[in-house]
Amino acid sequence: MQAFLDTFDIYLLEAVVNGILLGGVLALLALGLNLIFGVIDVTWICYAELVMIGMYGMYYMVQVFGLPYWAAAPIAILQVAALGAALHYIVIAPLLTAPPINQLLATGGVLFILQSFATVAFGIDFRNLGIRLPVLAIGDMHFSYSRLLAFVAALLGMLAIYFFMKRTYTGTAIRAVAQDRQIMSLMGVDTKRIYLITSALGGALAGLAACLLVLQYDVHPFVGLSFGPITFLICVLGGLGNFVGGFIAAFVFAQIISLGGLYSDLEWGYVLAFAFFIVMMFIRPAGLLARRS
Amino acid sequence: MLELRSLDAGYGSFQALFGINLEVRAGEAVGVIGPNGAGKTTLMRVISGLIRPTEGSITMEGRDVVATPAHRIVDLGIAHVPENRRLFPRLTVDDNLKMGAYMPGARAKYAERLEFVFDLFPRMKERRSQMAGTLSGGEQQMCAIGRALMSDPKLLLLDEPSAGLAPVVVQQVFELVKRIRSGGLTVLIVEQNVQQVLKVVDRAYLLEAGTIRASGTSEEMMKNDTIKQAYLGV
Repeated sequence: MQAFLDTFDIYLLEAVVNGILLGGVLALLALGLNLIFGVIDVTWICYAELVMIGMYGMYYMVQVFGLPYWAAAPIAILQVAALGAALHYIVIAPLLTAPPINQLLATGGVLFILQSFATVAFGIDFRNLGIRLPVLAIGDMHFSYSRLLAFVAALLGMLAIYFFMKRTYTGTAIRAVAQDRQIMSLMGVDTKRIYLITSALGGALAGLAACLLVLQYDVHPFVGLSFGPITFLICVLGGLGNFVGGFIAAFVFAQIISLGGLYSDLEWGYVLAFAFFIVMMFIRPAGLLARRS
Repeated sequence: MLELRSLDAGYGSFQALFGINLEVRAGEAVGVIGPNGAGKTTLMRVISGLIRPTEGSITMEGRDVVATPAHRIVDLGIAHVPENRRLFPRLTVDDNLKMGAYMPGARAKYAERLEFVFDLFPRMKERRSQMAGTLSGGEQQMCAIGRALMSDPKLLLLDEPSAGLAPVVVQQVFELVKRIRSGGLTVLIVEQNVQQVLKVVDRAYLLEAGTIRASGTSEEMMKNDTIKQAYLGV
């Protein structure tokens, strides 16, 4: 094993593996946003702020109320799912037939409301769970368990969504609504109910991401800015609403950030990722897996 | 079974149907014929709840259709095969059929209904894992009818089943309608292909400019001078 590893630049290998691990969580976030866009045709600009609220939920349950992590996580997921459904019911549903720009501005407004709410309610301190998971060492390479756990849990979450969408009547109806919403009532499907379920699912994915990210990052009212823009770019690069494209784009972006961070600072990794995005928008404006019409 | 009484309907300020009276009795096949833009599709859409009438009543086996929410009308036993088929192109044939059996009552009978549809359209069984958008026009029509039959309806609404199909396939589609009928299903069919549809139905209505201009048995309609001149070309 050691001899095998010696033949590689182990820092490169470590960066590649860490990139893959990062890609898992980004793919989870992208799936949530894509689900909402693909089915309801609305972009939740405030998606990462739902994650932020979920992270605060975890912080309060674990640090303030002393719940064990494993008990708090499902509650946080349900809490953000409810928030997603509420967001749809209160903000999106009345604007369903409004021009897309109005919907975008409305969810942008929710972004600022959630940030301000968090600032007032939780303060601007950086907080964390106080849980430090050990680091896995393979040879000279180091991987944190929190990242490994996040990667595995994110994949399981996406797998659960996949089977839900493929196997259940409700999941099939969600995919059908994305293709032809006008005739859904002929199938006996209440489109409003499907939208609400989809929004709750999108929220649940943000909640799961919150549970995983809170192990790696401190939470503060503006933590959403660390994930929001990148998630949005991933979805656009993969083709908005395209689940497979979003999945691939998440790993492409994660690799660029991780490798860029290896050769320079982490910040430069983000710069490279955004530059790559702009170039790709010229080459494939409709996304990596654009559907040919 | 189905009764429409002095029904008005339209889109916004545009009125498409004026005082329609129409009846379909259990076990019958009834046709609605007429030119493009006569309001035939609007008639179908108003029965299945896709649009709501501005005046008049619709009852299905004595139950008020207008007061029923659109997504509950399937439960009254009405299945609508819409104009242009409207399959879900990026869902498989199986998933399209599954959507037809979405209502709880239909879900319970899913396996039985699927067998029924596959018996009727063996081609659908061969193509079951194929995306509906990749089917040929005739196959898409079979899939659309199959999807409607999955809900185990009492009344099947067919909107222009022959539209956009090759003449040979049109023939096959009308053969299918005959077979569906012989299974005891009640059918209301809207068609521009007057010659073909009059061979399949028991009675027909002539719809022009949103009003019923004539009605009668198929034989009577075939002998009607206006219909002969305008639609049968004899």
